[in-house]
Amino acid sequence: MTTESGADSEAKQPQENKEKEKGKAAETTSPQNQPEQLPAAAGHSTPARKEQEQQEDDVSHESSTSRLSRSPLRGVKKVKIMQCKVTLLDGSDFSLNVEKRAKGQMLFDKVCEHLNLLEKDYFGITYRDVENQKNWLDPSKELKKQIRTGPWNFAFNVKFYPPDPAQLTEDITRYYLCLQLRDDVVSGRLPCSFATHTVLGSYTVQSELGDYDPEELGSDYISELRFAPNQTKELEEKVMELHKTYKGMTPAEAEIHFLENAKKLSMYGVDLHHAKLVGNLYESLAPAEGEDSEGVEIMLGVCASGLLIYRDRLRINRFAWPKILKISYKRNNFYIKIRPGEFEQFESTIGFKLPNHRAAKRLWKVCVEHHTFFRLVSPEVPPKKFLSLGSKFRYSGRTQAQTRRASSQIIRPAPFFERSSSKRYNMSRSLDGAPIMENHETLMKDSTADGAAKVIAKGDIITTVTTEKKAEEEKAEQEDGQVETPEPATPLRQDTKDTASPAEMVKHQTNISELKRSFLETGSSTPGLTEWEKRLSSSPARSPRADDAPMIEPLEPQDIEEPAGEETNKVVEPKATEAAGYLVKYVVDSIGTDLASSSGPHGISLSTTMDDDVFMDGTLREVEEKTPDSQEDVSERSVLKVSPGAVRQEVSQAISDKKGTLIILKEPDDREEGTETSAVGEKEEPVVPEEAEEAEENEMSPSKEKESITDNTSVVIEAKTEEAKSLKIEIKTDDMTQIKGIDSPKKAMASWISEEVKTETSEINNMSIKEVKEMKTSDALQQKTEIFNFEEAQKSNLTQITVSEVSTTSLAVSTLGWVPSSEKAPAELEEKAVVATETEAAPAKSTGPTSLDAVDASTKEKPVIHTETKTITYESAEVDTNGDIDPGVLLSAQTITSETTSTTTTTHITKTVKGGISETRIEKRIVITGDADIDHDEALAQAIKEAKEQHPDMSVTKVVVHKETEITPEEGED
Amino acid sequence: MANMCPYGKFTHAVVRGIPETFGKVVGDSRENGEVSVDLAKAQRQFGCLTGALRQKVGLQLIEIPPDPELPESWRIEDVAVIQGDTALITRPFKQQRRSEAEAVRRVMSELNLTVVEMGAEEGDSAGATLEGSDVLFTGREFFVGISSHTNRRGAEVLADTFRDFAVSTVPVCGGARLKNVCSMGGPDTIIFSSSDGAKKTLRMMEQLTDHHYEVLTVPEESAANCVYIKGPSSRDFLLHRPAEECPDSASAFQKLQDYTLLPTACSEASKLGASLSSLCLLINRKHTYF
Repeated sequence: MTTESGADSEAKQPQENKEKEKGKAAETTSPQNQPEQLPAAAGHSTPARKEQEQQEDDVSHESSTSRLSRSPLRGVKKVKIMQCKVTLLDGSDFSLNVEKRAKGQMLFDKVCEHLNLLEKDYFGITYRDVENQKNWLDPSKELKKQIRTGPWNFAFNVKFYPPDPAQLTEDITRYYLCLQLRDDVVSGRLPCSFATHTVLGSYTVQSELGDYDPEELGSDYISELRFAPNQTKELEEKVMELHKTYKGMTPAEAEIHFLENAKKLSMYGVDLHHAKLVGNLYESLAPAEGEDSEGVEIMLGVCASGLLIYRDRLRINRFAWPKILKISYKRNNFYIKIRPGEFEQFESTIGFKLPNHRAAKRLWKVCVEHHTFFRLVSPEVPPKKFLSLGSKFRYSGRTQAQTRRASSQIIRPAPFFERSSSKRYNMSRSLDGAPIMENHETLMKDSTADGAAKVIAKGDIITTVTTEKKAEEEKAEQEDGQVETPEPATPLRQDTKDTASPAEMVKHQTNISELKRSFLETGSSTPGLTEWEKRLSSSPARSPRADDAPMIEPLEPQDIEEPAGEETNKVVEPKATEAAGYLVKYVVDSIGTDLASSSGPHGISLSTTMDDDVFMDGTLREVEEKTPDSQEDVSERSVLKVSPGAVRQEVSQAISDKKGTLIILKEPDDREEGTETSAVGEKEEPVVPEEAEEAEENEMSPSKEKESITDNTSVVIEAKTEEAKSLKIEIKTDDMTQIKGIDSPKKAMASWISEEVKTETSEINNMSIKEVKEMKTSDALQQKTEIFNFEEAQKSNLTQITVSEVSTTSLAVSTLGWVPSSEKAPAELEEKAVVATETEAAPAKSTGPTSLDAVDASTKEKPVIHTETKTITYESAEVDTNGDIDPGVLLSAQTITSETTSTTTTTHITKTVKGGISETRIEKRIVITGDADIDHDEALAQAIKEAKEQHPDMSVTKVVVHKETEITPEEGED
Repeated sequence: MANMCPYGKFTHAVVRGIPETFGKVVGDSRENGEVSVDLAKAQRQFGCLTGALRQKVGLQLIEIPPDPELPESWRIEDVAVIQGDTALITRPFKQQRRSEAEAVRRVMSELNLTVVEMGAEEGDSAGATLEGSDVLFTGREFFVGISSHTNRRGAEVLADTFRDFAVSTVPVCGGARLKNVCSMGGPDTIIFSSSDGAKKTLRMMEQLTDHHYEVLTVPEESAANCVYIKGPSSRDFLLHRPAEECPDSASAFQKLQDYTLLPTACSEASKLGASLSSLCLLINRKHTYF
């Protein structure tokens, strides 16, 4: 585990390739394909051009198998076009031309466009590597770095099988899912009984051929279709029998029935990987007598709920995502670290040997992606550190939660699409491979203009189960030439002994360089932190307990609130409870100071390290509400409060930027000293004790979590993820007084206490710097809009008035997903009593607190107009703590802004880890701008209500209302 | 999928009478040597069980006549695993029990079930043994107890037969069989004994399952074996051991809301390691697709 040596060897590569990076930067071809440029580009006869020709040659002659064509090394200046062939789910081929440097996302988007598919996050594009293994195309990486050899052939597939297809919004999405499942069934990847083959087959027939009609269909119509790997006459007869009973059923209905049946199959959506057990016998594997489990052939199945372990057809173990603390791979091995069970004190690590390194990495990636998609609220931002070890790979698409939210906003009329005929026995019918889609966009025509003919696919089956030979060595040399330079600051370790490493290195570096392009880097990982983490991980006291549902652990006395909620859940829906509590595990080898943001408390955060050759590990971190270290939680919060300086900038930027969509990513960065300092300067705030009545609003319901959990009985996974979120809406004022309200135990009264904002220095290093970046990619825009106010964002109104010119009410509601237990204890009783309080009621009250002092302040941002400013903060009691406690480490921060006519919502998601607890907080800053004719109170109420709806499982812990009123008598709302 | 419906709907029960050789094990005097069983009482209890199934629950009862040559043939549960319209004829651990299957096979065919055999003694399933009393079907998935009588190979055959379902193997402690320590008590309820071995099995099940089951824990091990049937009128029936046999567990059954409890004595069969569920095969012939 000598990290240093590896780092050394790694460092060379970056330098070597730096040149290339520059060249690339100089090239600066816009990511968007610009067809006009193409001919010019093609005209150049550079060495690279030859390369291109060769590849195109490969494409045109498909028979030429896997020629190892090298991609250009450097000095490529011109846009080159590659022809891609994507095999679609109906078996037809879609050909299109892409720029050679295009990223996976571009190809994916084009295919989805071609398919008229909006709910595309469940899908992905696969390609075959040199070993003919199926790999998922990484959307964030360039195609040419992924397809290293051979023709650019891809396939469009379902990547994440929705556990409940009925929740998909559009029929067209279900149709494609059906196509995938039909193929899964026919290929045998999705095993079914005879009866199920019959039922699925009958719905297939109904959806494809319509009502049973012997005159039109003939008597033998059914034997053309394929329903099962071994189709018998008996099966066909039964299918026909059932088909007769479906008269009048529409194709979409038949598909829903199909999916309702298919989703219950035990292997639905399970991605299988061959492996062998490593290490000694694991009790639960129930080996046959006298059998050593070492080396036993098993299958690892990755699915929405976790990792399944099969031996032959038997399920011999299962690790739900919450049970998994960490996933990692090293050389050919894949490891999972398991949370200790009820009676175990220490976590255990189980190792599996995969056929080769690539297989291990592939499995690891699939796990990371599935976990993120199904369990997290939003994807984690890949780690970015100067000294980063390990894979940068993260799932970067939308999570299921996000995609559901987004697709609920789909407003287009149901698209017309033609269901193509499925694969037949007689494969010769290549001419009737009708195009699937009727609603092609013009773009697609352009891209296929090269005369790419549609080809009917053979029964090409994508094998999920893989057996692989070690071939990395042969490939190593070749790949070396293609190494993309990472920046020197990101040394990856390279172990020369590891045969697999060259290939891996390439990938990592590519990843890194890409990341660098998008994000600022931070070099925040300090050795001290690592030490700290080490201690955490080794201390049994910190080890997570009491989380999984069936095994109820004694609850820590301090945390009254959350546990109480969980108890209730257990009765009703233990599964949901299982999700509810996870402990953040700090893993020794993860140096992830700045981890990605926004995984909910129950999300597993992945950190990667490379502590020996190519070693990735993902640390699955889930936060547990019941941790004893609530103090740290609290302190962390105070840290966050200070960050406003940064946030504020973003907000003001967002406001001044009239575009409806703006995504601001906030990244930790040490370099921006200036920002930090200013933030520090603003920290000190006057203490203004206030008294106020009506503090009930603050007591926003940890107990509400109960409801949300129980409601979600059927959709356990969703419940889990959502639960994780914490919402925070907060206003930050530089010069303004912050008044902080504390819930009084009694509903009726509350004493308002001014809050001192602490100064923190160290934390700022981690968090205060941010890069405000407008994401130009469509991806980014979509992400943002989906998350919040999809429709509204679209309508974003350019007529919005600048803050300085109107009276403005800035409202902030801050929420914390969970609260430090010890702090909570006193307030506990009252909070229970107030559980019923309506959230919406809160804002109204809080906006018009006449009893509060108005603090006159002019902020820097609004120099022109004299305004009156009021800031009122409502906070749960536990919030009020001293900031000098260990602030924790900011893992990540993210800000998303959306605007409507009168409001700008800035959502700032931060994730911090401290004392082994990770916390996600979401701050929503809602700036309501407008004249007096806008009902600010109502707008705020609406905003808070929306926030609650968006994050039903988080509790609101703080509401800050800040009003700035232009001092003209008639304006202002009071 | 087509086969997946809540557990408990049955239309038929297949039983086999108690022969006069009850309690005598062919070629093996050691195992039950000191156990003295009361044949007449066993037959009376058998009669009560079948009566309850037919008259109280309302199932169609098919009784295979006893065969004195097959002293354990009354343990009909072991001989077949039935789900939906498929019956897997098992291969009991004891060689001499394997001929018990013949009569059962006939009945299954008459009921139009698809009969699946374990396969030749050689070949793929060589050495595979499987007994129905080690198989817990929950309506959603199978658990197969790896016990002294059922091995992993046998479980594999079962998994290959019922492909729609997850088939998980769980350890069974001591000499017990899986259904000695647990049984279904409702569509989503598993009745479990509170013994240490049973707890181990339960923990493993909880780990392996994707679903959530309510667990009803009973203090006595023998009380953990019950027969749950959702009758034609959608009433919940539970055949369980009476208070005389399991005094401490009687109260536990009262927790089952709106159940029709049918205390059914089984003391004699119990002496031979069997229990209520051992005595019947349950079949649903009104299988509906949706």
